[in-house]
Amino acid sequence: MVNNQIAIRADGLTVVRGGRTVLDGLGFTVARSTVTGLLGPSGSGKSTLLRALVGVQGGISGTVEVLGLPAGHPRLRRRVGYVTQAPSVYADLSVRQNLEYYAAVLAPGGGRAGRRARADTVERTLAEVDLGSHAQVAAGRLSGGQLSRVSLAVALLGSGTGERPELLVLDEPTVGLDPVLRRDLWALFHRLAADGTTVLVSSHVMDEAERCERLLLLRDGRLLAEDSPRELCERTGAGTVEDAFLRLVEEARP
Amino acid sequence: MTPARIVATARRVLLQLRHDPRTVALLLVVPCVLLALLSWVFDDSPQTFDRIGAPLLGVFPFTVMFLVTSVATLRERSSGTLERLLSMPMGRLDLLLGYALAFGGLAVVQAGVATALAVGLLDLDVAGSVWALLLVAVLNAVLGTAIGLFTSAFARTEFQAVQFLPAVILPQFLLCGLFVPRGQMQPVLGAVSDVLPLSYAVDAMGEVTAHTGLTGDFVRDVAVIAGCVVAALALGAATLRRRTP
Repeated sequence: MVNNQIAIRADGLTVVRGGRTVLDGLGFTVARSTVTGLLGPSGSGKSTLLRALVGVQGGISGTVEVLGLPAGHPRLRRRVGYVTQAPSVYADLSVRQNLEYYAAVLAPGGGRAGRRARADTVERTLAEVDLGSHAQVAAGRLSGGQLSRVSLAVALLGSGTGERPELLVLDEPTVGLDPVLRRDLWALFHRLAADGTTVLVSSHVMDEAERCERLLLLRDGRLLAEDSPRELCERTGAGTVEDAFLRLVEEARP
Repeated sequence: MTPARIVATARRVLLQLRHDPRTVALLLVVPCVLLALLSWVFDDSPQTFDRIGAPLLGVFPFTVMFLVTSVATLRERSSGTLERLLSMPMGRLDLLLGYALAFGGLAVVQAGVATALAVGLLDLDVAGSVWALLLVAVLNAVLGTAIGLFTSAFARTEFQAVQFLPAVILPQFLLCGLFVPRGQMQPVLGAVSDVLPLSYAVDAMGEVTAHTGLTGDFVRDVAVIAGCVVAALALGAATLRRRTP
């Protein structure tokens, strides 16, 4: 792959936390404009890997490049959107006030034109996550599913003035959502990818794998596989990704 | 440093407070009630009220802002919003100054109300300018904010954060010269008192109460408090890490 088609490149990525090796020499690439799933049981190191990509994880060795720059580079802070498992919004502010504040942090100042660009971005993002009718509601009064969509909306602000994030890193964004909403969110991820955003989604629910173009399977801090769902099933002779995962675990056993 | 980010953050903090009118009411009313109570307690000896009333005008904003800030920052850390802000192009100092600006503004109102009550209704006798009193009160509030930001880094829960009040504030309160004049303290305690910021706040308030003009001691005290604010903000910024284990 040519360099500018790669969004993420990791090589020998190792994270040690409190003397314990949480990620062990991971090497993989993620192509631009794709929806890639990071799958693994809870405790496998998914969140740590995502944190390493965003540049908030300490204790890293090896190389991680994001959009051609070392992960966590100051120039990436406006180009990468990140959603943690915690909602990470202000419960006492309304949905719109939350988005307005984060947009002002992403693209401060700019006078009247800046304000208008931010307001447009906020309205567009509200519509994208289907929260336009709840814009005035305090985030703390929303349901869990709505709250996680507010958090996603913050990540979608991108530059704050129109440009979308080039990479979206989402830590279990569909947990606890009703099936209709989950389907809508996956449709949004694919729409974003079609527009050029690279989407990396973690999940511990294996059936979500079928919705991804590429998969990274993680277990105990090691990469089990890096493949498309179809190739993975064909290679392991499994019917489902969950089956394939089990077979790979069996194979890896000494 | 980006002024627009500082202002946006201050605005956000004040918006959050506006959604919590009870906290704002407590912030403004409690110091007034305590001052009124104090003047009642010393009804028979107005000189005593004059001596400790003004310093307390500085102690209240310091204590209250310390508490409010440490809890607010802890919430910011535990809710994940801090991590999110630091993964954005947010300067660490921008965030701290945003908080300092918001709570400093609130302190102006708080100190203004408390000073007006003390001087206007409770007959607190101040030889110097009321504005000097106000200046020290606001500086104290910002100092409380800065120290609260710093100490909240060492608290994992809100229970711990609240416990830092007796741990960090009460010793300063005991040694600041309100109970025993600093000159008459045991030498060891006097030396400790000399390095605690609240001592200078109380000294400054004492200067304003006793002298009409701005004395050299007053200027020195104000400079020391300002220096402590800068130091605490710098330490606070150092505790905000983009990368955490």
